[in-house]
Amino acid sequence: MYDAKYIVPGLALFLGIVTLPLWYNPLAGRTDQPPVLEYPEGQCVVAKPLMKGQHMQILNAWRNEVVREDSRYYVHPDGTTREKSLTGTCLGCHEDKAEFCDRCHDYAGVKPYCFDCHIVPEGK
Amino acid sequence: MAKTTRRGFLKVAGAAAIGLGARPVLDAIASRVPQAVPVPPAPALTARRWAMVVDTRRCLRERGCRECVAACHSKHNVPDFGNPKDEVKWIWKEDFEHAFPDEGHEFQAAELRGQDMLLLCNHCDSPPCVRVCPTQATWRRESDGLVMMDMHRCIGCRYCMAACPYGSRSFNWRDPRTHIARIDETYPTRTRGVVEKCTFCEERLSRGLMPACVEACPARAMAFGDLEDAGSEVRVLLASHVSIRRRQGLGTQPEVYYLV
Repeated sequence: MYDAKYIVPGLALFLGIVTLPLWYNPLAGRTDQPPVLEYPEGQCVVAKPLMKGQHMQILNAWRNEVVREDSRYYVHPDGTTREKSLTGTCLGCHEDKAEFCDRCHDYAGVKPYCFDCHIVPEGK
Repeated sequence: MAKTTRRGFLKVAGAAAIGLGARPVLDAIASRVPQAVPVPPAPALTARRWAMVVDTRRCLRERGCRECVAACHSKHNVPDFGNPKDEVKWIWKEDFEHAFPDEGHEFQAAELRGQDMLLLCNHCDSPPCVRVCPTQATWRRESDGLVMMDMHRCIGCRYCMAACPYGSRSFNWRDPRTHIARIDETYPTRTRGVVEKCTFCEERLSRGLMPACVEACPARAMAFGDLEDAGSEVRVLLASHVSIRRRQGLGTQPEVYYLV
């Protein structure tokens, strides 16, 4: 190979920079783990793993159904009826928004704008 | 044991393939967001066409009264910026000449001249705001004729404000949260950059309650009901009194009527 003394270190440097996101945090001693959430007693509106992955789609569906289709109630598989309400139903059980919502959203780096308008009840 | 024929083998293989294919379909069905059923616990007030009748004679008896405005604006977290440029309003009062520019004349009866008329969104049958909205953030609900707002979809282009001949729509130029005296936790605020207006209290109707202004009026000057029901209060009032509507000639078919 011609100019191996330039090409090989060059390639090594390139690979190092490209893979920077993979090794930077461990090398800097940061081993962030996803927050471990405390779940309240009782049944969530859908099963926990589904909620974890799809709560945004569910909330989006709810908001469209409530605002645009005037369908405000949701019947849980256990037969109980719940209101489709972020601040009423969701925050009714998950009482601490800062603990339950914000920690994960901060970790994932997402900024949902739900609470620009919807009001977190006093002390939640 | 029976000899496996090529034909028999293909049959079994085909059936097995269908069985394998069914799994993702079943999973998809099982993981769908559960659908709501249309039976709310509290019976909602329903109509085929909601309308309001404002008895201006009763309203004017309580001169300077702003009970309805206060009730509406506090229930819906309407901000008060204290200046007309940023003003957000759902229901308000305006003198007769400005409220009814087609109706007044030089010899207008004194009880109407310069008097406060109660104004709000007319929930038109043919709403110009809906025609111009590029995102369908505002639409006329087919079931009962309410002109609705979806704040999630509003992009703040203000076409609807230009289209509305009644000035019923307000734009949030500034963050409204900082100018709400007491926030009602049961109703969302708006955010900077969206248009808002009266919704005939659709959130209260769905809980079986009359609109906040109708409930708050000390003179009982507002009647609210179903225009398609010949026995409703609004129909009885309209049948037995002379009534006017704002700027009828524009063809918007407003659904707020005024007894004069």
